[in-house]
Amino acid sequence: MAVPVDNYLRNQFMPHMWCPGCGHGIVLGAVLRAIGRLDLPKDEVCIVSGIGCASRAPGYLDFNTVHTTHGRALAFATGIKLARPDLHVIVLTGDGDASAIGGNHLIHAARRNMGITTVMFNNSIYGMTNGQYSPMTPKGRYASTAPYGNVERNFDMCELVKAAGGNYVARATTAHARQLSNYVEHAIQTQGFAFVEAVTQCPTYFGRRNKMGTPVDMIEWFRKNSVNAAAAAKLGPEELDGKIVVGEFYRGDAPEYTQVYEEVIKRAKEAAAR
Amino acid sequence: MPGRKGRDLRLLQGNECCAEAAILAGCTFFAGYPITPSTEIAEILSEKLPQVGGHFIQMEDEIASIAAVIGASLTGAKSMTATSGPGFSLKQENIGFASFTEIPCVIVNVQRTGPSTGLPTAPAQADLMQARWGTHGDHPIVALYPSTVPEVFDLTVKAFNISERLRVPVILLMDEVVGHMREKVEIPHVSDIEIINRPRPDVPPEKYLPYAAGPDGVPPMAPFGTGYRWHVTGLYHDETGFPTTAAPNADRQMKRLYAKIESAAEEITFTSEESLDDAEIVVVACGITARSARRGVRLARERGIKAGMLQLKTIWPFPYGIIGDIAGRVEKIIVAEMNMGQLIGEVERAACGKCEVVGYSRVDGEPIAPAEIVAKIEEV
Repeated sequence: MAVPVDNYLRNQFMPHMWCPGCGHGIVLGAVLRAIGRLDLPKDEVCIVSGIGCASRAPGYLDFNTVHTTHGRALAFATGIKLARPDLHVIVLTGDGDASAIGGNHLIHAARRNMGITTVMFNNSIYGMTNGQYSPMTPKGRYASTAPYGNVERNFDMCELVKAAGGNYVARATTAHARQLSNYVEHAIQTQGFAFVEAVTQCPTYFGRRNKMGTPVDMIEWFRKNSVNAAAAAKLGPEELDGKIVVGEFYRGDAPEYTQVYEEVIKRAKEAAAR
Repeated sequence: MPGRKGRDLRLLQGNECCAEAAILAGCTFFAGYPITPSTEIAEILSEKLPQVGGHFIQMEDEIASIAAVIGASLTGAKSMTATSGPGFSLKQENIGFASFTEIPCVIVNVQRTGPSTGLPTAPAQADLMQARWGTHGDHPIVALYPSTVPEVFDLTVKAFNISERLRVPVILLMDEVVGHMREKVEIPHVSDIEIINRPRPDVPPEKYLPYAAGPDGVPPMAPFGTGYRWHVTGLYHDETGFPTTAAPNADRQMKRLYAKIESAAEEITFTSEESLDDAEIVVVACGITARSARRGVRLARERGIKAGMLQLKTIWPFPYGIIGDIAGRVEKIIVAEMNMGQLIGEVERAACGKCEVVGYSRVDGEPIAPAEIVAKIEEV
């Protein structure tokens, strides 16, 4: 179903500030189409971000929007969700924001199973500050702070969130815009913490330094190097080296935090009345 | 327990009293992280808040705690956190965010001896400057400082009221001694407590400009999820709330933030005094030191010395005018404080050379005793 996204944009701020060829618009479009298919009332949606390229998204969106401090989006979102459990709280964050400076908040939001949807725009680089390596930069890739190639191993954030206790975990790339949007839709429908990793291209910093060609070449590279979760299950670690595993990895049904806390309120009121 | 004649008299610890006052002031949200000597506030609110339909959460760290508090406040909840020195340091970036985006919140700092882990958890009064300048950049802030348990009640309520009224983070600085001391306190009837709520927009959503301030410099604030969709950012922003790098706007925004506090300075400045009228030597102090100063001044009077004291319950904005007036009519001001000399710098600025200003510092984790105040008065 085609869903127009214009209705959700603060169109007066177009054109946006992202570089030509940046994949963030594709990811944002996927998020907005998911919101559109679910027909969420704009007043009941709250979008929270941290700092970085991806975190500039909320400014363009006609919802209740907060552009917070670096890495802390999920902590702000936790306060919003707990105080107003009826709101759809969606965190838009980048790989540096979510996996480095905000990594602990991600772990604990997942562990608590807060009813928050998190979409991590993973472009494998710190774009806003001109291309330093992030915890998501693959080993051997170049960055402005990895002139001899990155020596660190990159994170698998989907495994992390699953292990930490989130109720929904999925990954897609900008070559899979339709799947990505479906995953975000499923994430928003999840009771509890939901995490979608959106692998996206940064042609300006990651692509150029790593000789990945044009933005289209980068998307094509994502398509060719992606393996779906079912196929990946039959492959060994060597065959999966350098591949991007995409798909829905986990659906759980652990109780959502704010619903559990409502029970606490009920019990506390009973105790106080005695 | 209601006591004689229906009065609600209680023997409360400072931290307990702070939690009680917060509930009566309308606090419905607390997020915190365990740290001595403030933890009782979190423990009590974890029990009391859900009883009134509010929410308590223990976050993964100090930074997340203040972030959750700001998030909850965006939905309209009166929100608070409590911490001590190391945690106060960690919260600073987000305190700056709340100040700049004008989101009300109360931050309690039950001070202990620093820096770093310091002397856990001996008292000190060394976070006065951090309360004012802890976060980066120019920013408005208000800090209140009780010296007794009854004052903890009064100033906790005032902290919420000021935070809501001016849309500014309010720091409640407590001494470890006050936080853990038990004293008699009369809890007023809820109908006798003045409660101020944040200004709300009186225009429909399509006409709402989230950062358009009235004459008092305070913009009305619509809670999230009530039909007013607006944008909050730590970037410089104009009246619409959206970011702009325009130089004239930046200048206007920062000056408005300062002006809204300055124009309310009189109503948010609280002091207490002892024998000031004919005093020749005046002791300026806050928190637990003010109690020793009060006693010290009485003892000095018994010895025929014309001593007086001024207790600052509002530290920021600093009452330069009040101290300037005193400096114009006394011979000497003694600034007594449990740090290497923080308050004294501001007192000197206020005194402008009109009288001699001398400091008395104690930094060994022990409170300043009345006898030390008397000795200092006699020495100068």
